[in-house]
Amino acid sequence: MSSTHKTASNPSARDMRTPFGRVLGMGSAKSGTRDHIRQRVTAIAMVPLFLFFVGLLVGLTGADYETARSWLGNPLVAIAALLLIGAAVIHMRIGMQIVIEDYVTGPALRTLSLIANTFFAYAAGIACIYAVAKIGFSA
Amino acid sequence: MVQFRLPKNSTMSEGKTFKASPDAKNVKRFRVYRWSPDDGKNPTIDTYEVDLDKCGPMVLDALIKIKNEIDQTLTFRRSCREGICGSCAMNIDGANTLACTKGIDEVKGDVKIYPLPHMPVIKDLVPDLTNFYAQHAFIEPYLQTKSPSPEKEWRQSHEDREKLDGLYECILCACCSTSCPSYWWNGDRYLGPAALLQAYRWLIDSRDEATGERLDALEDPFRLYRCHTIMNCAKTCPKGLNPAKAIAEIKKMMVERQA
Repeated sequence: MSSTHKTASNPSARDMRTPFGRVLGMGSAKSGTRDHIRQRVTAIAMVPLFLFFVGLLVGLTGADYETARSWLGNPLVAIAALLLIGAAVIHMRIGMQIVIEDYVTGPALRTLSLIANTFFAYAAGIACIYAVAKIGFSA
Repeated sequence: MVQFRLPKNSTMSEGKTFKASPDAKNVKRFRVYRWSPDDGKNPTIDTYEVDLDKCGPMVLDALIKIKNEIDQTLTFRRSCREGICGSCAMNIDGANTLACTKGIDEVKGDVKIYPLPHMPVIKDLVPDLTNFYAQHAFIEPYLQTKSPSPEKEWRQSHEDREKLDGLYECILCACCSTSCPSYWWNGDRYLGPAALLQAYRWLIDSRDEATGERLDALEDPFRLYRCHTIMNCAKTCPKGLNPAKAIAEIKKMMVERQA
């Protein structure tokens, strides 16, 4: 958002708000903690899930297509894959949103970036889920 | 986008050099940021050669010597000269600290001195801390109670008093907030480590009864959650405090009251 008025001495003659008024701004958004919790819970979830998938990929080194497919079609492996996709996509979306909020300023560019981030997270997540489902249900 | 490069009117050039007298044996060079609002010129780096045999041990001693004996136009804040007022906070040898507690012998080579980073400069080493002070006022740094006042004082156990250790010592020098990249980019909305450490000092005070309102005011993606645990604040604090930990404790309180 606007970072045009940083202090009283900022040469923006038109901003006659008091310094305290500027700090008050638009008030508290009454949110933030939910994303904070989600970001940490998904991080914890990804530790065992990633270890499992790295192990699986290493185990499948040199295996043929059908073997890999049958492993990914196994219900337990597929459910773990879906959990990993869910955790990773939620984590990715929040993380990227924070980066955009940190560095992208202009209101239009900022809004567009945030929307694009949401679209990408959903598209990538749904595509991954579709891929896992296709393998699982066609095995 | 966030501005990573200095704007054109902030780029620095080489300024004047003030040589030490030829008979000085123990000379240290001080490279000091200079900018005046009056002449319309860009900032310069002036060089002062100081005879350490005729100077006190701290960087502030050298600055005072420069102002008294070499160049009266050099402008900086100072008051207590013993690390309790926080006036002489500046960027010395690449890190924010107090000039009065930073030994000249701690710096190898030339002593480079700049104002606190990313603040508007009023003159030379004097930054404009108006926003910083308004943020401190915003967290309401005073005891708030709802119970009827006791006949004598508000009582507190020794254990609860100990929880204020590491918090009450803050002198509001602004070294931490001005070392924080999150504060650089979003200082208009992010309260910064100093104000948040102060906020926690009142959140954790067992006598205070405005904890809920205080947490409500901080429940915001920018005011509190712009802290990304970069830890510059804890690294630079000249009083050895840990604002990052205080902020983490506030986040823990936020989570605790949800679950």
